[in-house]
Amino acid sequence: MFRDLYKYRNFIIQSVRNDLISRFSRSKLGGLWAILNPLSQVLIYALILSNVLAAKLPGVDSQYAYAIYLMAGLLGWTLFNEIVGRCLNIFIEHGNLIKKMSFPRVTLPAIAVGSCLINNLFLFISMLGIFALLGHQFNMAMLWLIPLTLVVVVFSLGIGLILGVMNVFLRDIGQVIPIILQMLFWFTPIVYPVTIIPEVYRHWLNLNPMYPIIDAYQQILVYGNSPQWEGVLTILAAGIILSIVGLFMFRRSSAEMVDAL
Amino acid sequence: MSLLLSIQNIGKAYRVYRSESRRFASWFGLPAKPSEEHWVLRHMSFEVHSGEAVGIVGQNGAGKSTLLKMIVGTLKPTEGKVQINGRIAAILELGMGFNPELTGRQNAIHALGLMGFNAEEVHKIIPKVEEFSEIGEYFDEPVRTYSSGMQMRVAFAVATAYRPEILIVDEALSVGDTYFQHKSFSRIREFQEQGTTLLIVSHDRSAIQSLCDRAIMLENGLVVKDGNPEEVFDFYNAIIAEKENSTVEVKQLESGKVQTSSGTGEAKVEEIGLYNNKGDAVEVIGVGDQVELRVTVKVCQEIETLVLGYSIKDRLGQVMYGTNTWHTEQIINHPQAGDRYMFKIAFPANFGIGSYSVQTALVDRDTHLTANYEWIDLALVFNVININKIFFLGCLWNESTILIEELDK
Repeated sequence: MFRDLYKYRNFIIQSVRNDLISRFSRSKLGGLWAILNPLSQVLIYALILSNVLAAKLPGVDSQYAYAIYLMAGLLGWTLFNEIVGRCLNIFIEHGNLIKKMSFPRVTLPAIAVGSCLINNLFLFISMLGIFALLGHQFNMAMLWLIPLTLVVVVFSLGIGLILGVMNVFLRDIGQVIPIILQMLFWFTPIVYPVTIIPEVYRHWLNLNPMYPIIDAYQQILVYGNSPQWEGVLTILAAGIILSIVGLFMFRRSSAEMVDAL
Repeated sequence: MSLLLSIQNIGKAYRVYRSESRRFASWFGLPAKPSEEHWVLRHMSFEVHSGEAVGIVGQNGAGKSTLLKMIVGTLKPTEGKVQINGRIAAILELGMGFNPELTGRQNAIHALGLMGFNAEEVHKIIPKVEEFSEIGEYFDEPVRTYSSGMQMRVAFAVATAYRPEILIVDEALSVGDTYFQHKSFSRIREFQEQGTTLLIVSHDRSAIQSLCDRAIMLENGLVVKDGNPEEVFDFYNAIIAEKENSTVEVKQLESGKVQTSSGTGEAKVEEIGLYNNKGDAVEVIGVGDQVELRVTVKVCQEIETLVLGYSIKDRLGQVMYGTNTWHTEQIINHPQAGDRYMFKIAFPANFGIGSYSVQTALVDRDTHLTANYEWIDLALVFNVININKIFFLGCLWNESTILIEELDK
């Protein structure tokens, strides 16, 4: 499987590029849309919620603190959400191709991850620009984002693969997962600080796998701290296990998958 | 002649599980029996060697596409093995995966990557793809601006950019304009001469007979006939006509050819012969001779209508001429059991030199698909020789007068 990935590396790179080209080829703003979409989300939340929540953000005295906090969380969430969402439908989307042509199918999730990473990079760069405007400087702690991004990729790829394979046979999964993701988004402290959750209920957050990840993004981008590795490493371990299970299911199902597409 | 493709007892089953969770469980090795297994194809074996051109024929649902998908590798056989020595290219997925927003060039690069070529190989062959497709500046325009024929051209050029060991050609080949059809056919022939094996799926008898030296007929997921294309197509026609109580009989003639006869038997050809203008039975005739084909038919059972059809085929099985008494409006109504008729069919033998065969059909109307009383391929074989005509080429004697005018001297 990994040898196939290496052999088809040019194809994967080419496909990621084609993906970008075709998405924006006939729009005036082109690649800007990849950034404008999450940023407009930031703007909406900032406008609506900043007055309610800004005061409760501890430890930062900038008046734009809430906007920065939002962007930090969204950077991590977007990557997770996008990879899971793409993997979920990737085999169905390319069903015709899979049925007609013989090529290593493992390249499909690789292409999806590749283009999600590029989007995330664009988003990060534009966020840095906005940070600078708001007077929030680049700091060395941001380098921690590189390993953190990898952890998110492994974790979301694992989940995405398992769901994507199952979705081929049980199409309900493709319908229910976006709802679950939406719920998970609101159960994760992204648009609100942890502190607004009453102390009594806060331990429930530990059941949310995205909490340590998003917290790490916020620690790095908002406070310039290095993240709390304990939680992140747990997610990494879980991600590795999920990815192995996902790849195993992908392999086992590949013969039947064509029949069901 | 090295072995290129070996199909060993393959079978394909579609499995239905009572619930999908059982299917998921089966991947993890848990015992979960599928509630239903539907075999579309089973116990199929054959081998193909390099340079062969094999036609695959069969009615819809006979298992042709399933077989091809297993050869290409998109479908995995449930049992048995497909062994391939060499690269396969298929023209059945023409234009598959073309992205309308990308240019022809970008799509070609993408498709070649999908076929497994590395960057260097792709880079090297792209100019040739551009040249072969002959779509000019459009090659650098988005594919959404293409006509379907132009898209086909690029797709064919990509699929055949490098010579594969096995080339699978589907009906798809008949799209595109005549010029490009000729061009693509000649490329296919070129590949064949260099040793590429062709697998051609088509219902078009003449396409298969002109390209293939072997044909395989599938029926209900089994190979029912494997032999030279003429013989297989005769059998195919017989199968199409096969109804209840109908039998298909195949026998070896003295000439080594195989005669296929089929039918339900309500009427039978008792005797068939070719006679010259003196009334003698002949087997060898001269070009342009006036001859008569006499067919004696016996009715064995009362039927509504009786129509005799015949066609004259050349050595390759291509039909030279054929018609029936439905078209000539000489239908025999309500013949009784025991009635006998002699059909005298007179025509000039305006054929080229060679061996010809006559095929007869006793049917109820214009085709043999509603009722087929009897169908005989190779009912009669005769030879045409040039006795007194000037030398000519071809399968048609179409004598001309040539006038030469001196314009400047």
